[in-house]
Amino acid sequence: MTSAQVNIETAPFLEIKGLEKAYTPGNLILKGIDISIVESGIVAIIGPSGTGKSTLLRCINRLIDPTAGQIIFDNMDLCKARGQQLRKLRRQVGMVFQEYNLVERLTVIENVLTGRLGYMSSLAAWRRKFSQQDINTAFELLDAVGLTEHAKKRADSLSGGQRQRVGIARAVMQNPRILLADEPTSSLDPKTAVEIMELLERFAQQKNIPALVNIHDVSLASRFAKRIIGMSDGKIVYDGSPDGITDDHLKQIYGGESWLV
Amino acid sequence: MNTVNYHWQRFTLTQKLSRYAVYLVLVMALVLSIQTVEVIPEFFFDAPEQMADLFTRMWPIDFAYYPISVHGAMIETLNIATLGTLLTLIFAVPLALMNANNVVASAWSQWIARFFLVSSRSVNSLVWALLFVAIFGPGIIAGVLAIAFRSVGFVGKLLGEAIENINMGPVEAIQATGAPWLSVLMKGYWPQVMPAFFSIILFRWDINVRESAVLGLVGAGGIGVVINDAMNLFEWQRVSIALLAIFVVVILAEIVVVNIRKRLI
Amino acid sequence: MAGLESTDAQYRQNPFKRNWLVTGSWLVLAGYLVFSFNAMGLTWDRFIHGLGIADQLMARMFPPNFSRWELLLSGLAESMEIAIIASVVGIFLSLFFGLFAARNLMPNWVTVPMRGFIALCRTFHPVIIAILFVKSVGFGALAGILTLIVASIGFIAKLFAEAIEEISLKQVEAIRATGAGFVSLILFSVMPQVFSRFIGFSTYQLDSNLRNSTMVGIVGAGGLGGTLFSAFQRFDYDFVAAILMSIIALIMLGEALSNVVRRIFN
Repeated sequence: MTSAQVNIETAPFLEIKGLEKAYTPGNLILKGIDISIVESGIVAIIGPSGTGKSTLLRCINRLIDPTAGQIIFDNMDLCKARGQQLRKLRRQVGMVFQEYNLVERLTVIENVLTGRLGYMSSLAAWRRKFSQQDINTAFELLDAVGLTEHAKKRADSLSGGQRQRVGIARAVMQNPRILLADEPTSSLDPKTAVEIMELLERFAQQKNIPALVNIHDVSLASRFAKRIIGMSDGKIVYDGSPDGITDDHLKQIYGGESWLV
Repeated sequence: MNTVNYHWQRFTLTQKLSRYAVYLVLVMALVLSIQTVEVIPEFFFDAPEQMADLFTRMWPIDFAYYPISVHGAMIETLNIATLGTLLTLIFAVPLALMNANNVVASAWSQWIARFFLVSSRSVNSLVWALLFVAIFGPGIIAGVLAIAFRSVGFVGKLLGEAIENINMGPVEAIQATGAPWLSVLMKGYWPQVMPAFFSIILFRWDINVRESAVLGLVGAGGIGVVINDAMNLFEWQRVSIALLAIFVVVILAEIVVVNIRKRLI
Repeated sequence: MAGLESTDAQYRQNPFKRNWLVTGSWLVLAGYLVFSFNAMGLTWDRFIHGLGIADQLMARMFPPNFSRWELLLSGLAESMEIAIIASVVGIFLSLFFGLFAARNLMPNWVTVPMRGFIALCRTFHPVIIAILFVKSVGFGALAGILTLIVASIGFIAKLFAEAIEEISLKQVEAIRATGAGFVSLILFSVMPQVFSRFIGFSTYQLDSNLRNSTMVGIVGAGGLGGTLFSAFQRFDYDFVAAILMSIIALIMLGEALSNVVRRIFN
């Protein structure tokens, strides 16, 4: 093992330094976030609505532009990337959305294949010239999420849980180095929510990548995550193992007592 | 015992004042217009008699004239409408993209697009036809260009609104995969805009069939030329057959459009 | 993978089979374009020649010549007068015609002839109607006003009738149950549901009449169109440019005012 390889082994997947975001000047939503992700597996971010969880995730793949700070990913600062460089970085970040965000009129398999759009020219995309390898991978992913027999159907004919599974397949199709999931289970019933979390966990372990998951169900988070980050009012107030979360912590994050069991 | 009288009014004071203002302006404009417009009263009372006279001259309809000029001219008219509508797309699509606030975010691109779109709509297709006849000479080319230039404003505006109405979620998702901008347009925007797109084109084609019919009055080809010639020679019965042909074709076009709508959308 | 049919295996090879309908449509379109261009005699030379003339024309149109501004202004004023009078009368009549054409409020012997009449009004292009009126009532503003009244009825009354047919009859039923008379019924249960759409149609038609009033003059029905046409015939292209700019300005003003009215009444 050369020293360069040793470096890569211990380099963090993602490093966020001093991240700030203000939608209107003077009104900071994210007030200086510092996170270092060095291990694979699920990292859950908990906190009440409006505290900036979604903003944080969307800053990582630059769907939102940060006001200040650094996001180091693949040895580059995402905050400074633009144009083709930004796209190359984005395609290594797979995102799963709360509202699934599938293209409704396209078939399920085509939705999964859109995960490769960052690797293809627009001309190839228009002519739908996906490589045979990509097509095979797409079908394998559909198998893995249990939706093989729905491949030819239109995306809007699927149920919520099924759609989210397609969304996960699409994100994994990008062959990403990190997965982001913005409240992937909030629109789903409890049983389906667990299935989705299991899928995310399985893919994260298989590919040996981290998965940052916004979630507001604390028990679900504790069950699947190896590390929990608690946010309150735009700042991180807890960062550690799920076992360490006490009622005091939860009160600090969410406020109020009546919802605590 | 005191009773409290509650006060109810349907509109606030500002609302009332603005509504009255509109009525007032309307009435003033109307009165002013009636006073200044030049209408010769004798013509007004003469009108029913004149119209009856005109209709007698237009009857019976000269069906024999149909294969001679009318048929060819109607085909020409349909061609003008179709080609004009197709040509519109070349200009209307980019302008619509520039006008939509969820595609190109800059304000100046919207202003430029809006300028072209409004100008195109403000000038009537007949006036465009006059302009193009002056440039390209009488004939179909002037007609096609007139239809195209007039339709750009209509199609561009409606298309822009349709684009703004889509759900941005899937677009965000495609952006997140690192896809280039064109791919985001094709896979994120287009599938959602597609039904509205075809609906707008069919709608405009239907209107353009009507418009193309009269462009010939200024020399831009189509059945209008036949009508113009017939009127100049006072051949009113030939005017009738031309009008009847227009009527039938317009109805057929409507039926076609309604059926295509049912299948596609 | 046991149990998969062979068609599914083919699908896995390539999920995007060539859609023959779409390909066929493209081919038909391409063929049509080639054929019609030929039929029109549109050659590249002719197009370039036309561009050359267009260039000359543009040069003669600028700078626009406003020296005959009195003529311009009187034409503009006449167009506005035609548009206003025709719109007011047309809107007023359409209110009643549309009401009478609504099949959920009126019996058949009223709605059928009414709908037929409205359909007749919208069949023909305003220019054709203008020609007919010019032949019967003579040149001038009257023909223009009558033309645009017919055009207005064809548009507003039709859409108004459709809007009335779409309303919720439950509200009408509720008001009827209070024992209200016919007029009150219309005022309190029908109008609130459709009035804002009626305003929308009316403002749209006002814009449309403004546009058309500048055009019917070409066939002699009064307004700026006549001035424009004679300018064209005399090759006074710089005056043409001035007139066109005035028309565009007028219509933009009209659209702005319409937006204001729509917001006030919404």
